[in-house]
Amino acid sequence: MTALLKSREVILALAIALLLVLIASRFPAFVTPGNLARVFTDTSPLIILALGQMAVILTKCIDLSVAANLALCGMVAALANGAGLPLPLILLAALALGAALGAINGLLVWKLEIPSIVVTLGTMTVFRGIIFVLTDGRWINAHQMSDGFKAFPRTVLLGLPVMGWIALVAVAGFAVLVNRTPLGRALFAVGGNPHAAVYTGISVGRTQFAAFVISGAMAGFTGYLWVARYAVAYVDIAGGFELDVVAACVIGGIAIAGGAGSVAGAVMGALFLGIVKNALPVIGVSPFWQMAISGAAILVAIAFNARNSRPQGRIILKSAEHRT
Amino acid sequence: MTGTPTAAAPTGRHIPDRLVAPAARALKSWESLLLAVAVAIFIANSFASPYFLDPWNLSDASFNFTEKALIAFAMAMLIIAGDIDLSVASIIALASTAMGAAMVAGASTPLLVATGIGTGLLAGAFNGLLVARFALPSIVVTIGTMSLFRGLSFIVLGDKAYTGYPPAFSWFGQGYVWWVFSFELALFAAMAVLFAILLHRTNFGRAVYAIGNNATAARFSGLRVGRVRFILFLLTGLMSGIAAICLTARLGSTRPSIATGWELEVVTMVVLGGVSILGGSGSIPGVVIAALVMGLVTFGLGLLNVPGIVMSIIIGLLLISVIALPRLWARLRRT
Repeated sequence: MTALLKSREVILALAIALLLVLIASRFPAFVTPGNLARVFTDTSPLIILALGQMAVILTKCIDLSVAANLALCGMVAALANGAGLPLPLILLAALALGAALGAINGLLVWKLEIPSIVVTLGTMTVFRGIIFVLTDGRWINAHQMSDGFKAFPRTVLLGLPVMGWIALVAVAGFAVLVNRTPLGRALFAVGGNPHAAVYTGISVGRTQFAAFVISGAMAGFTGYLWVARYAVAYVDIAGGFELDVVAACVIGGIAIAGGAGSVAGAVMGALFLGIVKNALPVIGVSPFWQMAISGAAILVAIAFNARNSRPQGRIILKSAEHRT
Repeated sequence: MTGTPTAAAPTGRHIPDRLVAPAARALKSWESLLLAVAVAIFIANSFASPYFLDPWNLSDASFNFTEKALIAFAMAMLIIAGDIDLSVASIIALASTAMGAAMVAGASTPLLVATGIGTGLLAGAFNGLLVARFALPSIVVTIGTMSLFRGLSFIVLGDKAYTGYPPAFSWFGQGYVWWVFSFELALFAAMAVLFAILLHRTNFGRAVYAIGNNATAARFSGLRVGRVRFILFLLTGLMSGIAAICLTARLGSTRPSIATGWELEVVTMVVLGGVSILGGSGSIPGVVIAALVMGLVTFGLGLLNVPGIVMSIIIGLLLISVIALPRLWARLRRT
């Protein structure tokens, strides 16, 4: 029982439940199934990107270029739609372009061993700049997009829009990838103890490369969803979103030093931020409070992580000092 | 000194004092490569635009790097010690908001300056406390405080702005000390010298390198690692506060979105200056030259009517390529 209470995911789930109860006590309309589905759909991009970011952070790296990647792929999707490309091809193109952009980050980290924070700081500005070069800073507005393009993420199936379903599929797929595949084990091994990983025959660089490709592909696909849902594409969409994504991971207990964390944690970290963001206007607090709240939440989360400094989550290759 | 054998030891093999002569090493250093790049850009710019070599234009151009460079000096020391502070731009926003609130309350110019510096120090102390005292990783702490500090500024200001700073205060951003030399440029030069002395000529500076190379070994050799790291965060907060004073005075207004994205440009400047992002090596002269390079590139492209976002592509590519090219070169030589 105490072990269960000490688990990160349980505490986070309790925090989210407490948050919902507090809001519901004054605004019962917030916790109706319909509204919760809306909140979940609204948080979908954050959930999907947090999963990709989790893969990267597990390998001791960080990907600050996800929001720029999202914006670039979203813009390319909108341009492709303008050129009359069919929707399935657009989806594929967004996914492939995102993966390719992630591969650029991954190659620089893998082959040239440049620290990931430097690489992605650089590519972040470059990706955004490319959008400007592609469009001369012009916006692509709702009337320039075809109806099918805009309708897909908003189509409601069984009470949940397609965008929400895609997030659920991503969570399920990611849970399988992380917990049931060799690559998933490699992600933890590389972050937990890179030297030991090499001796067990896992290539550190190749695993990091794979993590960046996954993160990039998810960002690229989300780019289409974002542009289609909000029906607008311009240079600065999702500006600063990379920080929300990292914040979701940190709140979800993904250790920034790599090697520890869980899919459930990342998803709940994203949900926590999503609920706060959606609840603020309901309870009558200015949306300008959101930034400070998410900052405070990050600080509380890391202080909490440090307090039970015992490594959380799956540690596959233990280093000698970790024995207690 | 150059390793010539002395007459007293004629036998045995000749062992030089140094493997590479100091002059040759200085020539091959990162700083001299960067200096060559700076000179090349300077010459290219003066051919590309007839307006480049005007002293007043050059003086105006200095404003786009002096404020960032002030922070970059402190950030360089922080990165050399193995930490990083991503909250610097948010400290500017918070300090600027505090100064705006003080101005509305009727504070005089000296009090405004004290408010800016005090806010910077407080914010730096907060970061330093979390990192040094509670042993939390600096990158996540400062990602958190980055949201927190700017968030506080958004709470206070929302979509409004503080304007109407007194003329005496504007001098810190718009005033000139002598001829074309602005207050900011003079401050930049003075701080460059101060930080170079602090990092390269004091015990504190050596402690910074020692901690960056091996914090555990530094602790075992008697250095107060926690205290040094705390002071470095305090110093970064202080310089961000000073940069906030200059920037607020120059713009004459405060918005919560002030200096957005500066943390990236400051880190780029530091890394471009040859400071290893992994800690343990780098120099202040390198950062000074990197600031000049970035300033010249931005100014030159501006004269050619290149839009700001295209400049940011070039800065981004510059950041990656200055690190990638030497490594690529080393790889090619090995194979």
